[in-house]
Amino acid sequence: MIFKRPSFWLILLIAAVFVYLPLRAEDAAMREDMILVALAIILVSNLNLMIGYTGYVNFGHIVFYGLGGYVGLYLVSVRGWHLPTAALTAGVFVSICALLFGLGVLRLRGAYFALATVGILQAVHAFVSNFDPWGRSTGMYLSFEAYEPLGGAMRALWTTYYLVVGVMALSLILSLVIKRSKFGLGLFAIREDEDAAVVLGINATVYKAIIYSVSAFLPAVAGALMFYKNGMIDPSIAFEYMLSIEGIVMLMLGGQGTVVGAALGAGLYERLRSYLLTSPKLSNFHLVIAGGLLLVVVLFASGGLIGWLYKFVPRSQEVVE
Amino acid sequence: MIDGVLVGAVYGLAAMGLSLIWGVMDVINLTHGAMIALGMFGMYLMFTATAMNPYVLLLPVIAIGLVLGIVVYWMAVHRVLGRSQLMSLLSTFSVNMMVIGIGTALWSTSPYNVNFTLPGITVGAYTFTGNHIAAASSALIIALALELFLYRTRPGRAIRAVADNREAAELMGISSTAVLAIAFGIGIALALGSGALVSTLFPFTILSGAVYQLKSFVVTVLAGLGKPLGALAAGVLLGLLEGAVTPFIAVSWIPLIEFGLFVVVLILFPRGIFGRATA
Amino acid sequence: MSVLLDVSGVSKRFGGLHAVSDVSFTIREGEILGLIGPNGAGKTTLFNIVNGVYKPDKGTIAFDGKDITGLSPDKAVKLGLARTHQIVKPLNGMSVLENVTVGACFGRESLGLHAARETALEVLKQVGLVERAASPARSLTLASKKRLEVARALAAKPRLLLLDEVLAGLNPTEVAQMIDLIRKVRDSGVSVFMIEHVMQAMMKLSDRIVVLNFGQKLAEGSPIEVAGDPQVIEAYLGDSEIADKLMEKN
Repeated sequence: MIFKRPSFWLILLIAAVFVYLPLRAEDAAMREDMILVALAIILVSNLNLMIGYTGYVNFGHIVFYGLGGYVGLYLVSVRGWHLPTAALTAGVFVSICALLFGLGVLRLRGAYFALATVGILQAVHAFVSNFDPWGRSTGMYLSFEAYEPLGGAMRALWTTYYLVVGVMALSLILSLVIKRSKFGLGLFAIREDEDAAVVLGINATVYKAIIYSVSAFLPAVAGALMFYKNGMIDPSIAFEYMLSIEGIVMLMLGGQGTVVGAALGAGLYERLRSYLLTSPKLSNFHLVIAGGLLLVVVLFASGGLIGWLYKFVPRSQEVVE
Repeated sequence: MIDGVLVGAVYGLAAMGLSLIWGVMDVINLTHGAMIALGMFGMYLMFTATAMNPYVLLLPVIAIGLVLGIVVYWMAVHRVLGRSQLMSLLSTFSVNMMVIGIGTALWSTSPYNVNFTLPGITVGAYTFTGNHIAAASSALIIALALELFLYRTRPGRAIRAVADNREAAELMGISSTAVLAIAFGIGIALALGSGALVSTLFPFTILSGAVYQLKSFVVTVLAGLGKPLGALAAGVLLGLLEGAVTPFIAVSWIPLIEFGLFVVVLILFPRGIFGRATA
Repeated sequence: MSVLLDVSGVSKRFGGLHAVSDVSFTIREGEILGLIGPNGAGKTTLFNIVNGVYKPDKGTIAFDGKDITGLSPDKAVKLGLARTHQIVKPLNGMSVLENVTVGACFGRESLGLHAARETALEVLKQVGLVERAASPARSLTLASKKRLEVARALAAKPRLLLLDEVLAGLNPTEVAQMIDLIRKVRDSGVSVFMIEHVMQAMMKLSDRIVVLNFGQKLAEGSPIEVAGDPQVIEAYLGDSEIADKLMEKN
């Protein structure tokens, strides 16, 4: 059924591009660039489930990624687990935590929840910085032996790349599946009018907690993969508030509430960002430009670029979801 | 302990700005922290330039705040008022990003200081820091002024009318846009004012505003929306709590405890402690 | 006719305000019960209590024999209680069809998406909105939005439908259409509990009427009985038009 949707094939096409380009060029630098874009797409499309589908802003979204990274790295370096199981376990662990936490904190309505998410990020950051088994503020690192099961460091880098691209495709497909499901319909109802949704039979707190938990899973898996690839983790790089914020900007830019918008916004913003960070004059204004972009989108084009597309080509709504 | 009360008055002042905007137009102003930081730097710049008494400089800082607030209102708030709360969160947040971005570019994240010390008052074995007393007094004066303004003047009543029921107010000939712009301006002015006062008490960086923003949120949910003196009282309460807890817990944990308090209060009182139903 | 809804001794205070005081009445299956009273009498609060939006301070609500006091609204729908709101709450960003599909998906029968859409189309035909199925909900006129609200509630396959001032703001033609619709709804086996200010409609439609004033039940009976009740007339004397209409019935 999902295979009938054009967007499904669009997603596969995007994934294929990600697989093919660096492979054909045999270019490790390009692969490193693209893995960051793929990661952004993962984070943004899962964030979309909260912001775009349910109407709840999560300012601390990056916490899932960082926590997943920690669990994954811990399982591999300290417990000697294999990467795939470690990554999956990280995903499951973080989503269960998110579910339990969510059932409590999602009793809060819209804006209050948004404020709470900042605190959640800071709380986890503080906790991990003081948590002995995870290296406190120094963090953990991976010795080269950890890459042996994947055929050594060189091959491991490629393998993790493909795994991340796979997670990216899964994230986009997940967005599509949810969008077209009864559960998704319930989320949209909550977004439009939460009180009406409850009166119509939707248990809003449970729905919100579930989607919060779901939105944590793939970013956590991606975190485990990425930090494995990087070989090290510490609280400041795991829980970068800036990345959380940029995720929001990317989502709004691309088109919140749409599936492809996440990919578009992430892709475009990554280009912009790498340009900004390398330009000596503009690197200080990174935050300013991101903020300005967000403001412009919110004021004039709250549906983002894909929203614009829908306005000018209404038919595209069926094809580009 | 008493210092906690005095500093708490400043927390209350900061919260008043947030609470006013929230109460009048149901907008959660995420520029609040950045504006507090601007108040800190505003005071610093004026003080270093003129070497005048900071408590006198408070007035121009507040005036600048009023103008700045009206500008921000037109820029980021006016167009999103009818839309979901999500949008006003994001629009004010984006302004916050821009202000912090510019601030960091100008002043980096180094600490700054306003070097002005008033002589303290000694009662028995205890000395009350002069700056603390002056700050608390200023906060109290401003709070009273605000209370008088809202309840005894025509513009103030117009603001309260719009807060209560915007359509009804418009039917009575009140230009709600003008009222909202001014209310927002006052909210920002209060934020800048409180930042200016804080700058005389502690060293600060461009990022310090965020800490006070959190305190403002805690105070606001404790006190309920739109009541200036209530916010002042709740601020003092928070100051007292902090004073009681600080000897036992590392300073870096305090924001987390405050955040926890914020979440718990909201979960237990989803419509605010004093039952103000959100729109 | 068996008792479908049994409201017994329900009270609710908000701070110092006694919104509802010791109200008791029943609704039998297949009947239309009207709820009238001056503004501020506590009618919508009573709805909110029956529906589960508020928990009563005292008293019980039983639906089809089951105690549902304080049961949350989403669970109440699953038992067969649906409601509309005085100020309509369309899901604005969604289409008319999607709005009603939500009602069908999460209502008493918990249908899957496909079946729910079928049901939604059926209901839209019933209320006469099927041509606007693809339009965004925000683009409808007030009368249509009210019909959408009813359609959404009907899609949940309720046994009892709570209508809160569904006729307010409608012109006479629209009122007549809505009255027609409500009759059809009752005839299809759904009991109706409705708050209304449009007196003629109430008199025409209701089998029985409950009158509320200052949160207390003032009277209960057939439309004629209620219209002739001196206490009711007195309560409405502030509104002479209504008093006249009530007097007319005498």
